[in-house]
Amino acid sequence: MPTIGTPTKITQGSRTKGGIGESTLRPDGILKTTGEFAYSSDMWHEDMLWGQILRSTVAHAEIVSIDTGEALATPGVYAVMTYDDLTADVKNYGLEIQDTPVLAHGKVRHHGEPVAIVAADHPETARRAAAKIKVEYRELPVITDEASATAPDAVLVHEHRDDHHVGHVPHPNVVHRQPIVRGDVAAARERADVIVEGEYTFGMQDQAFLGPESGLAVPDEDGGVHLYIATQWLHSDLRQIAPVLGLPESKVRMTLSGVGGAFGGREDLSMQIHACLLALRTGKPVKIVYNRFESFFGHVHRHPAKLYYEHGATNDGKLTHLKCRIVLDGGAYASASPAVVGNASSLSVGPYAVDDVDIEAIALYTNNPPCGAMRGFGAVQACFAYEAQMDKLAAKLGMDPVEFRRLNAMEQGTIMPTGQPVDSPAPVAELLRRVKAMPMPPERQWESSEGADVRQLPGGLSNTTHGEGVVRGVGYAVGIKNVGFSEGFDDYSTARVRMEVVGGEPVATVHTAMAEVGQGGVTVHAQIARTELGVAQVTIHPADTQVGSAGSTSASRQTYVTGGAVKNACELVREQVLEIGRRKFGTYHPAWSTAELLLEGGKVVTDGGEVLAGLVDVLEGESVEVEQEWRHRPTEALDLRTGQGNGHVQYSFAAHRAVVEVDTELGLVKVIELACAQDVGKAVNPLSVLGQIQGGTVQGLGVAVMEEIIVDPETAKVQNPSFTDYLIPTILDTPTIPVDVLELADDHAPYGLRGIGEAPTLSSTPAVLAAIRTATGLELNRTPVRPEHLTGTA
Amino acid sequence: MRVNFTVNGRRQEADDVWEGESLLYVLRERLGLPGSKNACEQGECGSCTVRLDGVPVCSCLVAAGQVEGREVVTVEGLADYAKQRAEHGGCATGACGTSGTSLEDARPGVPPDEAWGRAAKGQDSQTGEGTGSSPHAALAPIQQAFIDAGAVQCGFCTPGLLVAADEMLERNPNPTDADIREALSGNLCRCTGYEKIMDAVRLAAARQGEAV
Repeated sequence: MPTIGTPTKITQGSRTKGGIGESTLRPDGILKTTGEFAYSSDMWHEDMLWGQILRSTVAHAEIVSIDTGEALATPGVYAVMTYDDLTADVKNYGLEIQDTPVLAHGKVRHHGEPVAIVAADHPETARRAAAKIKVEYRELPVITDEASATAPDAVLVHEHRDDHHVGHVPHPNVVHRQPIVRGDVAAARERADVIVEGEYTFGMQDQAFLGPESGLAVPDEDGGVHLYIATQWLHSDLRQIAPVLGLPESKVRMTLSGVGGAFGGREDLSMQIHACLLALRTGKPVKIVYNRFESFFGHVHRHPAKLYYEHGATNDGKLTHLKCRIVLDGGAYASASPAVVGNASSLSVGPYAVDDVDIEAIALYTNNPPCGAMRGFGAVQACFAYEAQMDKLAAKLGMDPVEFRRLNAMEQGTIMPTGQPVDSPAPVAELLRRVKAMPMPPERQWESSEGADVRQLPGGLSNTTHGEGVVRGVGYAVGIKNVGFSEGFDDYSTARVRMEVVGGEPVATVHTAMAEVGQGGVTVHAQIARTELGVAQVTIHPADTQVGSAGSTSASRQTYVTGGAVKNACELVREQVLEIGRRKFGTYHPAWSTAELLLEGGKVVTDGGEVLAGLVDVLEGESVEVEQEWRHRPTEALDLRTGQGNGHVQYSFAAHRAVVEVDTELGLVKVIELACAQDVGKAVNPLSVLGQIQGGTVQGLGVAVMEEIIVDPETAKVQNPSFTDYLIPTILDTPTIPVDVLELADDHAPYGLRGIGEAPTLSSTPAVLAAIRTATGLELNRTPVRPEHLTGTA
Repeated sequence: MRVNFTVNGRRQEADDVWEGESLLYVLRERLGLPGSKNACEQGECGSCTVRLDGVPVCSCLVAAGQVEGREVVTVEGLADYAKQRAEHGGCATGACGTSGTSLEDARPGVPPDEAWGRAAKGQDSQTGEGTGSSPHAALAPIQQAFIDAGAVQCGFCTPGLLVAADEMLERNPNPTDADIREALSGNLCRCTGYEKIMDAVRLAAARQGEAV
C-alpha cells in the first residue's frame, strides 16, 4: 500500500518543555475557573450608562414615523438616537457588501432590525424607554423563499444594488451565484448503471454561543473612542466601525475582552457601532449587553438550504457524475453569503473523486433573518446532502456504505471540481476505515440489575420506555472543509514577538490581535514561542489594535495563519538573538560560526547538544523585537462561469460513526456514541484538538436532532428566540465521543498542521441522520429530525 | 429596597435594589461579583448557578428580595467553600451538626470594591503564562480538575458548571457517568461537547477518593 503521508519532524525546540505537541494547559484557565476572567459583559466603568436597541417588530415594512419624545423624557435616559442622528456620510456596514444600515432608514428588511438606540443609567430604564419609542410601520409583502424572491414581479429586498455581484446574478434578489462545470455530465450520465436523486432541506441553525453580544465603549479625550469588545476579528470590526462614526481608524481603539464563544456568530458587527455612537453622543462610557432573546436577533445564523442532488454510479461502485443545485437563504443582508456560496459550490462534491460535474450554488436575499458565518460555512449543508446520497447509492447497488465511500474517496492528487489538485495528504479512505474499526458500544446499555436505567434510553428521565420499541441504528459519514479564507482573499496575520531578560530569566512576549474565543489560540501561541525560542516563560499580550491584523478567528485558520505568523516572527527573533550571541561570544567557540545552532532550555546549543551560552548572557542589556505579517500560499478567485480556479489553500477531513437508539413509537432519539476520526496534520496541543473535535461533533449532533430557528413563512418572524424553545444539546443529550487522531503532515503548512475546528461539525450531522435512517427505514431528507418526522405525524 | 444577605461567607448589604432585580443582577452589578454569568436569564442554561442555603439555583430566577437573610455561595467563593468543607468533614457551612468556624471568621474575603478593578483597563488575563502543570493553591479541587482535564474553552459556562459539579460531588462522591450527566443536565456548554467536562468531574471524584 502506498504511503498516505508522514508525520511532522521538529528539530528546533524539541528539547524544550511546553512546546509544540504537548497538552499544555490554558493560560486563562485559572481566571476562567475562579470567575475573575473579564468577559465583555463583565466590563464596568465608573459613571457608565447602559445601551438598549429598539428592534423592528415586523419583517418587511416602510417606516412611516418614529416618535422618540416619551423615551427621551424618561428620567434616567441620556440619549435616544435614530437614523437621523447619524452624522457621518457612511451609514451602512457589512463584511463584504456594505448593505446593512446601522439604524433602519425608512425601511426594515427583517424581524428584529435595529431602529433606534437608547442610553440610560440602569438597563431596565433603557429597556423601558426603548419600549416607549413609537414606530409606525406600513407593512410590505415578505420574501421568504426562492419562489417569492425570484418571481418576475418580486419586491426587491435591496432596490439599489451596486455591489460587484449584481452583474452576474440572475435576479436582484440573488446575492451571488457560483456555477462549477467540469467534464461532460451528459456523457458520464450515460455510463451510469444507477442514478440517485434527492431533495434535501437544512434548517436554520444558531451559533448559540453562551456569552451574549456585549461590549463597553469609552469616549476618549481626543474625540475618539475605546471599545472593549467580544469579536472574532478586531481589525475587521475597526474597518467597519470607524467610517460610520466619522472617525479615522486611529481614533477608534479596540481591545479584545473575554469572548464567550463565537462559532461564526461574531464575524459580523452586532452592538459595536451602537455603543460607540451612544458613548460619543453622551460623553460617557456605554455598555450594551444583549439578553438571549436579543442575541437570537443580534447575529446572523447558519444559512438554511434546499439542496437538489443527482449522482450516478456504475455497478462496480464508481461514481460517474454529480449534478447539484444548492439554494442558500441569506436573509435580508449579505453578511458572508458570497463566500458561503463559494464554499457550498466548491465543496458540494464532498471528499470524493468525480470528474464530471454540473454544480450551481446561490444565496438569496429574503426578509428572513440574515444568515452568514457559522462553523462549517457552506460545507455543512452540502455534506448533509452528499452523504445522504452516498447511502442511497450504496443501498441501490447493494454495497456496504463505507466500502462504497472508500471506493470513491479522494486522495492526494485528486482533481477537485474547480480543477484544483489536492496537493497534501487526503486520507479519506483511511479515516473511514479507522472510524469503522473502533469497538462498538455494547447493546442494551440501559439494562442493570435494578431494572432499566432510563437515563440511558430515548426519552431519558421522562421515563417513556424501558426498552420497548427501541431500535439501534448505525450510520457513517465523512466530510471535507477548506481551511483559511479562499478565492483569492489576502489572508494574512501579524505577530509581534519580543525577547528579553525579565527577573533574570529569558522571556518571550507574543502580541497579536488574534481573537481568543475559547479555541485555545493563546495556549498555542505560547507553545510555538517555547519551541522556536527555547524558553520556558512566555507572556501573551492582550489582543488589541495596537498591533497589525491577525485576521479572523474563523475558517479553522488561526493556528495555521496567526500561528504561522508567530512562528515566523519567532524565527526572525531567533536569528537576531544568535547574531547577538555571535557578536558577543563568537570568538570563544568555533561552533558559533560553523554549527547549526538551536535555542533550547534557555540556552544556545549546537545541534549536537553542546551548550554555547545562556540566553540570559546573550540578551544581557539587549532586547529583540520583530513584527511581521505572514501569509499562506495565495489562492485564486473562481471563474464566475465555470467555477475553475485554485480557490482553496488546504482541506480538513473528518469521519464519524454514529450509533443511535430510536424509540420508534414516540420518535425519540438517543445518540449512544459519535466516534470520530480526523487528520489534524500535527496535533499542536492534543488536549485542545480533542476539545475542538468533540465540541464540533456535538454542534453537528444538535442540528441533526433538535436545533432549528423556526421562521413563520407567512410573516418571516422568528418563533423561538430563547433557550426554552431553541434547544441545544445538554450533557444528557450528548454521547461519548471517542476520537482517533491522525497526524499526516501538510508540507505547505507550519509544522504540517491542518486547521481542525470545523471538519467535525460537517460529518457528525449526516452520520446521525444515517443512523436514524438505519434504525427506522425512513428516508429523512431534512435536518433537524424531530419526533413527528419519525412517527409520521409531521 | 435594601437586601441583606451573606455571600461567600461575608455579610453584604445591597442598597437601592429595584424590586424586579434578580439575585444574579445584584451579585454582578451591585456587589462586584461577575463570576456568575448571564447567558439566558430564563433558567435554561445554568451559567448563573449559585448555591442558596446550600442548594444549587439559577440566580437569574431568584428575585433579589428572596435572599434576605440567606447564604449564597458563588464561583468566587467556591475555593474557600471547598476548603472549609474539607476541614469540617464534608460540611462547608458548619450547619451540618458540627460547630465549625464560619467562613467569615476564617477569611474576610475580598472587599467588593477591589473586584471592580476589572473595569475597562484591559486585563492581564493571559499573562503569567507557565507550562501549567502545577496545582494552584487557591483553587477548589473541582476548579483544578476542570483546568487539568481541558474542560474549559470559552469558559462562559464554567462557573455554573463548577458550582453544580461541586455540589454533586458533595452529595455523591462516587458518581456514575449517568449520575454526572443527570446532575449537570441543567448546565449548557456550547464549546466542549461535554466530554472533557465528564473527564474533569471523574478526575475530581477520583482525586477526592484518593485524598480520603
